[in-house]
Amino acid sequence: MKINDLLNHSSEWLKGTGPNSDIVISSRIRLARSLSKLPFPHWANKKQSEQVCDAVVEAAGKVGFLKQTTVFKLADLDSVDKQFLVERHLMSHDHAQKTDSKAVIIDHEEIISIMVNEEDHIRMQVMQSGFNLFETWNIGNKVDDALAKELPYAFLPDWGYLTACPTNTGTGMRGSVMLHLPALVMTRQIDRVLAAIAKLSFNTRGLYGEGTQALGNFFQISNQVSLGHGEDEIIGNINGIIRQIIEQEHQARELMFSKNRALLEDKINRSFGILKSAYIISSQETIELLSLVRLGLDLGLIKHIDRARLNDLFIATQPAHLQKIENKKLTSEERDVKRAEIIRERLGVA
Amino acid sequence: MLCEICGKNPATVHLTEIVDDQMSELHLCEECARKKSQDMEQAFGLSDLLGGMADVTKPEKDKETVLVKCPNCGLSYADFKKIGRLGCGECYNAFKKYLAPLLKRIHGSSQHIGKSPAKFAKGLKKTLDIEELRNKLQRAIEQEAFEEAARLRDQIRQLEKKMDEENIEEKE
Repeated sequence: MKINDLLNHSSEWLKGTGPNSDIVISSRIRLARSLSKLPFPHWANKKQSEQVCDAVVEAAGKVGFLKQTTVFKLADLDSVDKQFLVERHLMSHDHAQKTDSKAVIIDHEEIISIMVNEEDHIRMQVMQSGFNLFETWNIGNKVDDALAKELPYAFLPDWGYLTACPTNTGTGMRGSVMLHLPALVMTRQIDRVLAAIAKLSFNTRGLYGEGTQALGNFFQISNQVSLGHGEDEIIGNINGIIRQIIEQEHQARELMFSKNRALLEDKINRSFGILKSAYIISSQETIELLSLVRLGLDLGLIKHIDRARLNDLFIATQPAHLQKIENKKLTSEERDVKRAEIIRERLGVA
Repeated sequence: MLCEICGKNPATVHLTEIVDDQMSELHLCEECARKKSQDMEQAFGLSDLLGGMADVTKPEKDKETVLVKCPNCGLSYADFKKIGRLGCGECYNAFKKYLAPLLKRIHGSSQHIGKSPAKFAKGLKKTLDIEELRNKLQRAIEQEAFEEAARLRDQIRQLEKKMDEENIEEKE
């Protein structure tokens, strides 16, 4: 598989399928693992890092259900390629920096990806559309077991899986769920909800993970604590919180629909209008407007657009995706024009 | 007796050094001993040993913490405090007593509950044995019983080697 082949299908996290997919965008499990004795990536020399990279790639090659994967060495990728993978959530922004001895192993369905030599030797991620964290964990668990047969993990019975940063020690697991919460934002209840989440030791982040702003009403909620609780318990706790937030978003949507329908329809259709008619548009504005159109679709206020097509626009309008579609480098100004063009085209009003 | 490094000054510092399983005695003059303590990044942090010997004053507790180094990767506790990342899995053993309260602060617990690599379930007993030996080793060092320390270290190495071999066999 070549990177460009990914352009031909939708990114898994934006398929818009799976349970509660009107509010839950995707469920994701991340497992951090280290190889015993070898220094962590930030402390390793080049030779040691290469050794880790080779060992992990070789091990993954032996795992039966990882056969349909492609290994990308980060040093071989140009900046657009790297950004492209970040936009598709197949690797982190950090992984795209200082690329020596780094790799990412991507399964062709884009459900599993394994970063080698990110903060830890191994960061595996399993991501699926909709609200199904347990199923996602089951896949991650299997990948992990299979790799553990091939690789000596750094592990202590008392402290679990040992990671470069002690905040990940224990299960090494981070479960996160991406939510689309426009009604809670519009009814100004979101701050209260986020404050409650923080009190319960959960993290909230934006669309692109650590340190990113919540853009387009997307919020990623994940567990903070990884030691002292089993994986099932951690996931059960996240699920409990997420169910409550889904319920609150539903209530907020109903409230707006019944009490403030005109305002809601105005906002949604204005957004749709701008998207259909703009000739220059930034990626930030695009995401914000798409978020409202998506809400309109969920509420049945906008019809005659295909959900998958709308979802795909979230990612097709990102900077690296635009450049991949055009197959050339574009300046920021050129991208804004191209972005508007693609949106008009795909919303069927070109 | 003259210093084994410079061969000029009288040896006043007598060190027991454990390098790669070999215990050796070193007789050094004060100047060379100090220099060596700076150069070396060996298992038992020579500077710590120096602390309890000759006329070098015993370091403060904090200073001691900072000087501890991981025998596997050479990262010191001071490095960890500075960069917030450990150097390798072995660091968790090397800094065990300092990390335990830290982990408890971060996670509200310092006991792992959850899955473990399959091969570990089998080797758990041996791992626990090794843990106990490591604790004994730590005490031996604290009490400056270096011959005992060397013996314990050999025992740990042997057990670890055995476990590694078992893992390899299991794989094959």
